[in-house]
Amino acid sequence: MKFLVCISNVPDTTTKITFTPDNKEFNKAGVQFVINPWDEYALTRAIELKEAQGGGTVTVLNVGEADTEPNIRKALAIGADDAIRVNAFPKDAFFVAQQIANIAKDGGYDVILMGKESIDYNGFQVHGMVGELLGIPTVAPAMKLDMSGNTATLEREIEGGKEIVEVNTPFVASCQQPMCEPRIPNMRGIMTARTKPLKVVEPTGEGARTEVSAYALPPAKQGVKLIPAESAGELIKLLRNEAKVI
Amino acid sequence: MSVLVVVECDGGEVKKSSLEVASYGSQVAQLLGTSATAVAVGEATEANLAKLGEQGITKVLYDAEPRLKDFVNGAYTKLIAAAAQQEDAKVIVLANSNIGAAVGSRLSVRLQASLATNVVELPKADGGSFTVKRGAFSGKAFADVTLAGERKIIAVKKNSIEALHEAGKTAEVVSFSAQLSDADFADAPKQVVLQDQAGGILLPEADKVVSGGRGMKGPENWKLIEDLAQALGAATACSKPVSDVDWRPHHEHVGQTGITVSPNLYIACGISGAIQHLAGVNSSKVIVVINKDPEAPFFKAADYGIVGDVFDVLPKLTQAVKELG
Repeated sequence: MKFLVCISNVPDTTTKITFTPDNKEFNKAGVQFVINPWDEYALTRAIELKEAQGGGTVTVLNVGEADTEPNIRKALAIGADDAIRVNAFPKDAFFVAQQIANIAKDGGYDVILMGKESIDYNGFQVHGMVGELLGIPTVAPAMKLDMSGNTATLEREIEGGKEIVEVNTPFVASCQQPMCEPRIPNMRGIMTARTKPLKVVEPTGEGARTEVSAYALPPAKQGVKLIPAESAGELIKLLRNEAKVI
Repeated sequence: MSVLVVVECDGGEVKKSSLEVASYGSQVAQLLGTSATAVAVGEATEANLAKLGEQGITKVLYDAEPRLKDFVNGAYTKLIAAAAQQEDAKVIVLANSNIGAAVGSRLSVRLQASLATNVVELPKADGGSFTVKRGAFSGKAFADVTLAGERKIIAVKKNSIEALHEAGKTAEVVSFSAQLSDADFADAPKQVVLQDQAGGILLPEADKVVSGGRGMKGPENWKLIEDLAQALGAATACSKPVSDVDWRPHHEHVGQTGITVSPNLYIACGISGAIQHLAGVNSSKVIVVINKDPEAPFFKAADYGIVGDVFDVLPKLTQAVKELG
């Protein structure tokens, strides 16, 4: 079985978010980038399923410029077999989805996995677009994924519960916890990752459909108003009369 | 030309987030000088759909096909696309929910529409440009996004738009069929498992949330959280370490890799406020933090705080809520 796992290169969770002086772009200076935490679920689960099947391949795909390669290598160190980088800035979800769909079409992948969304743009869009571009089912967001032959059983989160869904390959799923325990690379993985193939291809398809005209930070908090623990009940009055939320 | 609103229903009722979406859609329609039609998905009653008039909807399309009761991506996408074609919808508005995101992304490709999710404000339509404000960087920033093309899809973040209530106005409910075939139900769920919700309030829909962390010391102490939640009419939630050790179920975990919530009131009890947790709650309108450690980082993000022992403070809060009557 051929797995395609799409990973996104995102600022580390603890990053203080700032923008370029014209507010048009995220300021990357001094920022540590990591594999999108949601994508780690997709990557680890694909590797686990490949191992359980005793065969198959896990290919990692990233749409990004050359500076994303350290995290692609990290994905290879975690256990992916090979990688593809589409050499382009990921302009918007539709642009990225087209790159993924075009590569998936040519590569004959059975299962396409990715995280539910990226922690930077929080789009929650790419999975559905890829599924529609390829004309195959999408299950989003999936909390559990098991395979038996060409049939997958997934648990899909719905507000208030979950759906148990069965689909045949090929399909797309976006992943979230508690699908698996994301793996970290071990020394052997790090050594072998250096020799695994990483192919760079140029983008195809149309341009983006959306454009960020400006970024802004939320207004600063006023600061916390502390209420003494002895008179905790006062808080409830403040929530009703001052904050007007109860 | 019209605005099409996707309304999610459950157990016959229109979801609260869909009332917000309907209000958003009717205001967009007003801005564009047109009317707002809704298409309902899920289990709905005609009487409840007619009440969408209060949110400014003039007409509701409803396909009573019983298999649409539960979410089916293929069928929902086809149904909404057919409604959009029939109504010549230039703007489609849906909730930034698991259903909205799953369907919205497929629809955007099918209808060649531009898509913005996580939207927190009404759009600005100026000359030819159409811009919406959306949350980004896990609640740490906002982005103004310009949507290109003739058709636009907007997924509205919960609790970011006030639902309109024009009492007495009703919408016309019209039966609608998208001519769905068995193939459209290929990804229908084999089974739907509903969770036990404290007080019957769904966490993603809640406008008040009481949440506990490791400071609660064990699952046996959760009654204190539940009592306050029940008194307030709030949903209960927890931090990641709590769900990791199974004190509480995964579906209560809020945070970066859990559920993102944006209620009007978030009360964090015994949660220190790791940055991953903040990412899931920092767009809440009012944050209250109760922690015995005055250095807990969560106090920096809070509007109100109590430095104290949750085991003393929580019963006092519950009592105070009950006294409000």
